[in-house]
This record gives sequence, C-alpha cells and structure tokens, in this order.
Amino acid sequence: MTKKSYLILEDGLEFEGTGFGSDMETIGEIVFNTSMSGYQEVLTDPSYSGQIVTMTYPMIGNYGINDDDGESSRIQVDGFVVKEYSKTYSNFRAVRSLGEYLKNAGIPAIEGVDTRKITRHIRDRGAMRAGIFHDKKGALKRLLAHPKMEGSDLASGVSCREPYDYGDKKDGRPKVAVFDFGVKKNILTLLVNTGFNVTVYPGSMPLRQVLKERHDAIFLSNGPGDPDAVPYGKDLVTSAVKEGIPTFGICLGHQFIALGLGARTFKLKFGHRGANQPVKNMITGNIEITSQNHGFAVDIESMKKIRDIEITHINLNDNTVEGIRHKKIPLMAVQYHPEASPGPHDSQYLFNEFYKMIKR
Amino acid sequence: MPKREDIKKILIIGSGPILIGQACEFDYSGSQACKSLKEEGYEVILINSNPATIMTDPDLADRTYIEPITPEIVEKIIKVERPDALLPTVGGQTALNITLALEERGTLKKYNVELIGANIESIKKAEDRALFKEAMIKIGLNVPRSVLASSVEEAMGTLEKIPLPIIIRPAFTLGGTGGNIVYNKEDFAGLVRKGLDESPISQVLLEESLLGWKEFELEVMRDRKDNVVIICSIENLDPMGIHTGDSITVAPQQTLTDREYQVLRDMSIRIIREIGVDTGGSNIQFAVNPDDGRVMIIEMNPRVSRSSALASKATGFPIAKIAAKLSIGLTLDEISNDITRETPACFEPTIDYVVVKVPRWAFEKFEGADTTLGTQMKSVGEAMSIGRTFKESFQKALRSLETDRFGFGSDGNMEIEESIRYMAEGQDINTIEKELLNPRCDRIFYVREGIRLGWSMERLYELTKIDPWFLAQMKELVDGENTYTADYSKNGFTAENIVTMKKLGYSDRQLGFISNKNELIALYEKGESARKEYSMKLQEVEKNVRRFRIDNRIIPGFRLVDTCGGEFEAFTPYYYSSYDDENESVVSDKKKIMILGGGPNRIGQGIEFDYCCCHASYALREEGVESIMVNSNPETVSTDYDTSDRLYFEPLTLEDILSIYNNEKPDGVIVQFGGQTPLRLAKNLEKNGVAIIGTSPDSIDQAEDRERFADVVRRLNLLQPENGIAYTQGDVLGIAAGIGYPVLVRPSYVLGGRAMAIIYDQKSLVDYITTAANLSPEHPILVDKFLEDAVEIDVDALCDGESVYVGAIMEHVEEAGIHSGDSACIIPPISLSPEMIKRIISATESLAMELKVIGLLNIQYAIKESELFVIEVNPRASRTVPFVSKTTGVPLAKVAVKLMLGRKLKEFGLSEMKKFPFISVKEAVLPFNKFPGVDILLSPEMRSTGEVMGISMDFGESFYKASLAAGDRLPMKGTIFLSINRRSKEELLSDVKALFDNGFRLVATEGTARFYSDKGITCETIRKVSEGRPNILDLVKNDEINMIINTPSGKISKDDAYYIRQTAVRYHIPIMTTIQAAKAAIRGILEVRKKDDIFILPIQEYHKKVT
Repeated sequence: MTKKSYLILEDGLEFEGTGFGSDMETIGEIVFNTSMSGYQEVLTDPSYSGQIVTMTYPMIGNYGINDDDGESSRIQVDGFVVKEYSKTYSNFRAVRSLGEYLKNAGIPAIEGVDTRKITRHIRDRGAMRAGIFHDKKGALKRLLAHPKMEGSDLASGVSCREPYDYGDKKDGRPKVAVFDFGVKKNILTLLVNTGFNVTVYPGSMPLRQVLKERHDAIFLSNGPGDPDAVPYGKDLVTSAVKEGIPTFGICLGHQFIALGLGARTFKLKFGHRGANQPVKNMITGNIEITSQNHGFAVDIESMKKIRDIEITHINLNDNTVEGIRHKKIPLMAVQYHPEASPGPHDSQYLFNEFYKMIKR
Repeated sequence: MPKREDIKKILIIGSGPILIGQACEFDYSGSQACKSLKEEGYEVILINSNPATIMTDPDLADRTYIEPITPEIVEKIIKVERPDALLPTVGGQTALNITLALEERGTLKKYNVELIGANIESIKKAEDRALFKEAMIKIGLNVPRSVLASSVEEAMGTLEKIPLPIIIRPAFTLGGTGGNIVYNKEDFAGLVRKGLDESPISQVLLEESLLGWKEFELEVMRDRKDNVVIICSIENLDPMGIHTGDSITVAPQQTLTDREYQVLRDMSIRIIREIGVDTGGSNIQFAVNPDDGRVMIIEMNPRVSRSSALASKATGFPIAKIAAKLSIGLTLDEISNDITRETPACFEPTIDYVVVKVPRWAFEKFEGADTTLGTQMKSVGEAMSIGRTFKESFQKALRSLETDRFGFGSDGNMEIEESIRYMAEGQDINTIEKELLNPRCDRIFYVREGIRLGWSMERLYELTKIDPWFLAQMKELVDGENTYTADYSKNGFTAENIVTMKKLGYSDRQLGFISNKNELIALYEKGESARKEYSMKLQEVEKNVRRFRIDNRIIPGFRLVDTCGGEFEAFTPYYYSSYDDENESVVSDKKKIMILGGGPNRIGQGIEFDYCCCHASYALREEGVESIMVNSNPETVSTDYDTSDRLYFEPLTLEDILSIYNNEKPDGVIVQFGGQTPLRLAKNLEKNGVAIIGTSPDSIDQAEDRERFADVVRRLNLLQPENGIAYTQGDVLGIAAGIGYPVLVRPSYVLGGRAMAIIYDQKSLVDYITTAANLSPEHPILVDKFLEDAVEIDVDALCDGESVYVGAIMEHVEEAGIHSGDSACIIPPISLSPEMIKRIISATESLAMELKVIGLLNIQYAIKESELFVIEVNPRASRTVPFVSKTTGVPLAKVAVKLMLGRKLKEFGLSEMKKFPFISVKEAVLPFNKFPGVDILLSPEMRSTGEVMGISMDFGESFYKASLAAGDRLPMKGTIFLSINRRSKEELLSDVKALFDNGFRLVATEGTARFYSDKGITCETIRKVSEGRPNILDLVKNDEINMIINTPSGKISKDDAYYIRQTAVRYHIPIMTTIQAAKAAIRGILEVRKKDDIFILPIQEYHKKVT
C-alpha cells in the first residue's frame, strides 16, 4: 500500500521515502523546524506559505490533529517532510490523524527520509528549492523553473481579502487595526485577551483608509516571503510613523518596520525556525526562550544608524536583531513570535507593553 | 553577572554509598561540580564516604574527606576548613537532609557558611509535603488531595476524606522508601505505621491515588537573574502508580500537544520561582489525566537528581556542571554550550532522536521480596539508549539491560519467551492478565504476548494504562516481525527486508531467531540434553545474519548528540548508532584505544567498574592516546561527553560493539575494566578479529576454567581447597564425602554467587540438589571444601610481565564463605604475621607471572591454620580497586592501562607494597530496608549495592566510622541485646565483658544470659517472641535497644531470630550477625568511647603518610 515518493533538492540531493497526505507533487523552499512538538501549529502558520517544512524531531503525528490548535483555517505549508509519521495517534483532544488532515487539505508529505541529513545539508548549503515528487522524470527541471524565495511577495497570497472583526468587542477598549500579511490566530487571540477590540485588514489596505475607523493603534502581522518584495508593507510604516500612531510589528511586520525606518533586510542562510531560540532583552538583561520562524532578518549595522531607534532584543545564537523600539514615538517590533504557538510563552509580556503604549 | 569574588572556599556534600534510589548519578553530578568550581578558581572541600567515586579522587577537590556524612562530622569539617559557602544540591537527598540538619544545629550560622544553589526555605518548601502543597495552592496549581499524619490515629480520619486507593508517602525519604498504595481498610493502619517508621520525622502524606494518569517530568534550570530554561521533558511509559525510577521512561515527551506541553512548562517556571530555588536545576513531576488533560503536581526535587543525569545524557546539556557555575553567580547567558561552542548555555536543547531508559532489577538476589512494582523504587540500575525512532530506541534499551534479552522478545531467550508462550497456548489468559494488571519487572514482555494474541489496544490499555501510542508502537514491532517472517519464508534474506527490520531496531540475534524459529524451537524442545547445541545454533544464526548484513553493506551509521537538532555544527564527539542514511562519526588516524564499560548497575557490578573505566580513559589521555568509551549507563561519569575523547552511548552486545569497532578501527580494546559485561564478550570479540590489549583472553580463561586453573596452582606449588565437578547426584555426594563437610556448592553456569550455598551435612546437600540446583550433565555442580573459620584475604596487584606490584592486601572482617562484596575489609591486614604477608606477596607474584598478566589482577585467598589457600584469581579490575587506590594514593587502574600500553612498573617507581601508619576499612551497604521479609544474614550470594570507607589511625575507630557511614550508629552507651549461638559465646566472652565493664546494659535470650551471668557479667533475660510479652520486639519498638548481636545457630529458619533481624532493619538498629563483625564493632565502640572524639583528616593528608 505504501507509495514511493521522492524528495529532491535543487542541488540534486535526492531522498526516497514513502508518501502520505496528498498524492500531488509540490515545489517550494525547503526549510527545517526544530520544535519537538507543535506540528499542527506549524502546518497552519501562514508564514510557511511557499515552503516545504522538514521537522527535525523524528516522530511526528503522535497526538493527531485537534480542532483547537490551528493557527489559521487551513494548512499553509506547501509540503511536509518527516522521519517517521506516526499512524496511530493518542490524545484526548485529537479528532483525526495527521495523514488524513494533510490528505483532506491536498498537501503532499513524505516520511521515511533522513531528516537529520536534510537539516545538516540545509544548514551547510542554505535554504533552497525542493520538491516532493512521485515521478522523478523531469522533476529537477520542474523544480528549477519554480521561482526562488528572494523577491517573492507571498504575503499578498495569504492576507485576508476583506476586513473583519476578531473576537468579542467591548465598549471602551482601545481599537487595534491588524494588517494581515498572514496573521497567526494566536496573535489575534492574545490581542483580544490583552484588552483590545481587534479588526483585521488586508495587508495592502492603505493606512489612511483604515484610520477612518479611528483606531488607537496598528499591528503589523507576521507573514511569508521576502519583505523587500512587498513595497506596500514599507509604505504602511512610513505613513504610520508620520501619523505617530502606536505601532507594533511581529516577524514580517518587524521587517517592514525596519525597512520603513530606512534599515535593510537580508536573507539568512537557513533561517531561524524552532521553539528554543534564546533572545536577550537588552533593557532588562533577561533571557527569553522564543519561538521563531523567519528566513529573512534585519541588518544590524543599518539599523544602528537610524536615529532614535534602540535595539531592544538580540538573538544570542547569532547576535541578529530580534527587537527594536523608537525612543520618541510609540513604535516597537520583534522579529520572533511572542504569541508562540508552538513554543514557550516567555515573551507574552510584549502584548501588555503594546497595550501600555496606547494608554500613554 | 560575573562570578562571585566574595566567596573563595566551597564545601560540597556527596551522597555517600550507592543505594537503591541514590546511585552513581551523584558521582556524575558531584564530579562535575568539583571540576567546574575548581575551574572557576574556587577552593573546593568535599565530603563523601564512598571511595568508589570519581569525585573522591584526590585531584578533584582541594581537600577530600572520606568520612561518614553525618551532621556532627560535617560540622567538624566546617570547623576546621571554614568554608565560605556550602553547595547542597549535587549530593542527592543525603546532602539536602544533612544541610537541613546543619541548619537546625545552628552550624551554618555559627560558622557563617552561606548556602549556594538553594536556600533553607526553598529546600524545606520543596521537601516538606505540607509546605509544598500550600505553595502549589498559593500559585493556583492542583495537587492530589492529601492529608498529613504523624500517627496512625491521626491517619485513620483520612479514610473518610479521601477515597481508596490511597498512596502513603513518608516525608524525607529517598526513592520512595516506605511508600505504599493501600487498596483496603484492613491494610491501612499497618502500612501507615510502616511509612511513619521510615520517615526520619515520623510523618506521612496520605494522598489521593492518581493510578493510571500519565506521568511527566520536566528538568528546569534557573539562574541568579531569574532566567529559567527547560532542559528536557520526560514521559513515563509506565503510568502513575509505578515509581519513576522503576518506570520505562522516554525523552522527549511523546503524547502531549505543544499547547499541553507549554502548560507544563509554564507551571514549572512558576513552581521553581515560588519554591525559590535560587540557581541550578530542579526536577518537577506532573500527572496528567489521559481523559481530559487535567494536571496535578506530584513533587519537586530542588536539586540535581537521577532524572537530571538522564536528561543530561539524553540531551548533551551538562546540568550538574551548569548548576555548579550558576551557584557561584554566573548566569546562563554567560556560560557557553560546550557542544556547539558558539551558542550559549541559555537555551532549551532540542533533540532529533528518541531516548528510552529501562530500569534493571535484582529480585533474584532477594528471596522472599515483594516483586510488585509500586511507589517505592526497587530497581538497582538502569540502561539508556538512543535511536532515531521510539521503536529503534526501545529495542536497543531492552538489549542494553543485559538480562539476556536482545530486544522486545523473539530473541531466543526461551526461558521467558516459552513460559509466556505456553501460558498463551494453555489458555492461561488469567496469568497474562494478572501480570499486566499487577506490574512486575517483566511486564513489558507480557504486553507483547497480549499483542501477539491479538488482544485489542483497548483491552491492553485497560489492563496496563500504558498510553495507546506506546502500545501501538509495540504492536508495530510485532507486525513488522510478522511481515518479515512471511517475506523471509518466500525470499530468504534480502537487503530490503533486513534494512526494514534494522530500522525497527531488531538485533542480529533476533533476526537470526526469527528466521530460524521453527528449527530452533524444535531443538529447544528436545530438552536439557540439547541446550548446548541450542545455544550454539543461536549464535550461529546470529552470525549468519551479520555476515549477510555486512556483505550487503547494511551497517549502522553513527549520529551526533548535539543539543540542537542539527541546527548548528557540533564539536563534541558523542554518538549513537542508527540505521539511517548518514554516518557522522569522522574517525581520526591517531593511535586509539576503545574501553568497554560496565552497562547498567546491578548487584556485583556497579560504580567501582565505572571508576576503573574512567581512569582507563584518563590514563589514555595522559599517554596521548585517543580514548573511545562505550557504555549504556546514564548515571555514570564514563558517559559524560568530556570523560573520553569519543563517546558511544550504545548497548554492550557483540553486535553493537563490532559495529563501533569496525567504524573506529582502534588499535586495541580494553575489556578488563568494565566487570563481567565486557569480559563475557572477550572471547567472541577476539574471534571476530578484535585486538584485546593487556592480559589475553586466553589467560583470563586459564584463570576461570577450573581444570586449567588447578594445573596452574599445582605447578606453582600452591594450595587450593579440595574440589570436584559433579554431573550426577551420586557424584555430588561422593565428592562431598571424599573432601569432607562442610562444602561450598554452586551451579557451574551462574555468576556472582547466585545459588551458592555452604552445606554442613548430606541431608542438606540432597535438599540443595533437588531444589536449588538444576543438576544435569550440561549443568554440573561445583563442589569445594569449605574452609570454616578461615580468614579471607583479597589482593589487588599490577603486573607488567616482568615484575609485580602488590597494591594492597585486604583482610576481610567476616569469615570466608561470606561473599567478598558483602564483607567488610581492612587495609593493612591486622591479624597476619609478617611471614604470612610475605607468603601472600610471593604467591601473588608467581600467579601473576604464570598467568602472564599485563595490568590488574585480583586474588582471593583463605588462611586456615597457617595454610594459605588460593580461592580464585581474576586477571582484571576488581571491585576493590578504587578502595585500594583511595587508601594508598596509587591510582592502580591508571597505571594498569599504561602497562597495557607497554610501559613498565619501574617507570612509576612501583615495586614494594606501600607502608603507612593508618588503617582503612571498607564496609558494604545492603538494601534490606527496601525488601522487607528478606533475611539479612550474609551468605555467599552478594547482595550489597554499595560501599563506604572509614579511615583513621586505629582499627576500632576506622571500623566505627565505616559502620557510621554505612548507616549504623554504634552506641556509646545504652542497652545491647545478645542472642549468640553456642559455638560463639565463649569466643565473645572478653568482648561482652568489656561492654559490661564500660557500663552497657546487657539483655539476652535465656541461654545467652545464663552463660554470661555465670561468668559474673550481669545480663538480664528477655522473652523470645514465642514466649509471650513483653518480649524482645517490644523493647526494640520502644527504642530501648541500641545494638543487637545475633549470630545464627546453624540451620536458618524463620525463627525468633529472623523476626528480631527484620525488626532491627525496620527500626535502623545496628545489628551484627557474625562474630567477627561483633568483635570489630565492640572494638570500635570502646576506642571511640575512650577518645570521646572522632578524628578527621583529608585523604590528601593521609596519602602524604604513605611510603
């Protein structure tokens, strides 16, 4: 019953495994995630759009899929690679198996491949295009015809089309406009829990139009792809700074803010994807264990040159910029994911700081 | 924050002897702490009574006190050394309890000693069950409903508040000692009483049972700036109700979603903050309801623990080392991760493999023990394995145990396999169900049988409460075997079917068995006469699999343990094998030697051998030779990634070792240091082309084979007790009659004194043959003349092929016939004439030369009526090597390795045996308090789990200290109970008189009392248990007895004396069951009484006195 399947990387490295999920062929950028749990959140995180995700933890599917832990309404990855797919699942909240979930969503996956070898390969050579194929014939050619991640605007594809309200609204609460570049559900939930009335807007909607609704703050969400390929993200920040409206950005939102302020971004060799990244809060001196998912980062030297900007968070593994804030206007951003999902909750305080920023 | 400059001198308290529940893991943690504090420039003072530890090596701490770990003695050390700080968190429960006692005595305040790592409040909050519960409720966490009780009466009220079953947990005990689950009202009072007795503060917690809930542990670290990280999560495969030390455990957790896991993580952080552990590691245990995810907090250990050792080995994150650095003020971001070098220690390791730990029990040694697993830990050791998947890791773990299992069943071990199979065939379903419901050490194999019988996962879950995910994994193993069997019958071995099975973790032995199952079973069923043929066939089929595998290049790759799931480059060569695509083990072209370790701790093979293996590694490093360590025991120092140049965390089986050997191609392998484990493999390794260095396997065989050895003894004109080999009952009786009773008998095929007995008459011998020994031509019985009342001597020596250095002559306190591992022994001997010592040295020299020993050898002698008998020679490291090295300061194991590399004794200036003016006593520590009902009389069967050393200028005081260190506080005044057999009364006369003269009150059973009263020694008569009340047991229970001397009278039965011995163990009253021990104890009491003080000195100072 098992069907042979192949994972092929653009530099020719090839793995034979067993297909599960959908029978289709898929091509995307191959990346790895080192979280040991949380595959459902990873699958549904819109920031993974356009990517084939390899889980470094070898046994995936153990606790099945439940109705609560999705970070969006559908699977967002373009392909999924695991060492061993656990056909049997066991958890009191589980409603279906991982395989069934992928199959229903039409997402191809492969198991039985040496994920550690893949990871080490990506670590040494960098993230690259790859595909899951059932027919090897012409596969590499199709793969090389696929666009690279650099220069790809993927955010537009995962953003909502129409504005919508999220969660219950209560009178007297500050209003936040969320610019959706692929926002994770838990960000919205935490904004609501922090005390905001939340409205979500398509990421490309002009600020002027949004502010007609008299928002107290704006939030720039996470999302997939190259920040440089999304000019309206940067423009949004330029207008926000002019308005002086309280602004908070996460991940892609953080990169837009950096670009809008005049800093540069660049593509990391293989990105940060996992739930164990140590980040130092430069203000308190404390360490947060953070959840991360980004392939691009803000260039620290270009950031240092910008007036009135303070680097608030640094990644201790590679000293990259993880957070900034403006000394004069209410603006802050982090590269990592304080909403976790999956990952540790060490950084949820940032949502409160955002809230306090408005109160000021 | 920089490290603290205001403290200069730090005292570390070790954990003392190896006990059930407190084993080598605290040598691992203590050694790491000593090393890292010294590295940071602090002066380190250490106390630990256990000489077999690496941490008590003279160069690990600045001043090392091998002294009893009691509040009085630690206070004395503090008074002399005046340390600025005390680190109480690396010496297990022992160190925490002593620290609390020191605080209570006011010692810490008086000498201005600061606690680092944990403060008194936090220790109390975590250890005191009431305070802990209060703290958890305060932060809104759930704990099982519970009531504290300090008396049985108080406890009775609980029955109305908490539904049965109820768990009893005594306060302040380790490994859950005295803990129990009560299922009915009838047992309640008795079990509460038992729990109260075990608790040093007479307090028990009566707790709602969470039987069947899932059990998890998190290892947490916190630094001075309140940074908290989780190092590892561990899931227990065996659910709540079985002590985690007796559970199969898996890292990381497997069956919680990230959301549920993060709940546990958040709770852990809140708990460590609330309890207030300032810096260092803690272990927190959770129960999770499998039906709705509700979480209960079970307990927290505010210190490094067995689980932190496991977590360190499982992740590559050295918890104890980091904990020590945090204790002196460094923060997590200031310490770098050794493995990745460039990233900091402030992160949470992520792993890309599955770790499985399996406990190892020793019930076969404790006749009459309750073998059910429950809340009290009973295992004596554990093995850990690493594999890419659970299935691979699980099978590796089972074969790492060395219980003659080569995986999850189907390995040709017919003893268990067949008994279960017959049960199934005989429709004895009840027994299988019972075994699943009432867990014992083989439960997992019954699970397999249930799967094989086609039982549903639901049924198996209902019986075992093992999470369905784990059950499904096990089912996949059985399914894999069935698929293979079908494929094999059609196609024979194919590269595909072998690779598939290898990825499931199947060993060559299992594949050999499965592929030839029918033939092998038929052969086995031929009965006893075909056993030898069966075992040869089994080895042959295993070899066939291996040959096919290697011919087809199906070989394991070695993967790195790197703390980061491959995200960063790793620099520490710490490997495990797996059948995946890659081999990451890059082999050097340096000269290199591989050391085979000892595997899981068991009785007779424990920390002493790990000590020797570590020393082998240190010696290789000193000689510039690359060292490669292979071991499967996560508790040990040898499995620290920085002990050797390269570490393979692998099972010690022929297959696994050959795979590593073929990858590394070392210049040689050391098999003589890891105890029986590597030694048993020596011949087979050699047959497979492995170069064994040092004494050759042939010499080892010469020493072990009775006939070959008898030749050696004859050639050298030495004496051996008369002996013979018997194949039939007639033979046995004939040989015994010929050499005369008493005789020492044992089956030829068992090790470590199993089923060995001393027999005084023909009738008992017939009994023995019919009950204990399974006599047959394949299983002959060895019969030796038993030398009654002989003095037993142990010698450890070194030989370089040209000359011999005798490390020490050890005189046993107990007579020959009691296993040397259970006997106290003395260096230097105190009752031997200089002439006898010369004879021992000369016999040792000639045996070493004759056996062409290169390296270590150990000889046991017996002296009877001035005759010197050779009992046995072991040309390898012995259990006493660390004791001798700690006493004399000569690192025997290190020198031995250098001799194996070709150096000579004279290069080390070693020729004459060392002389010194002090006396060192080793005492055994026995686990009887964990096995109520088991008689404590010493026998030829070894049962001790650990050892301690007492050192001083006089024998009496050394013995007193050794007893104290072993947990027996010999009384300086009070009442002594005597029940002495006829033969010994006279012999003890002067000793008993001395007690009397020193004001002790003596009570005795009638015969004993009459004997001594007649000699003018006042001795009260007390009733035996059978003679009504009040009797001796009442006195013991009322704390009126301070010491018991009870020498058994010949035949051992469950008589009065048995109950007295049982009660003594329960009430922790020193009890001497041999005349020699009684004499030594009395000498100790008298000497210490006279001095009214205990002399302490660091081992480094003693060594200066050695010439």
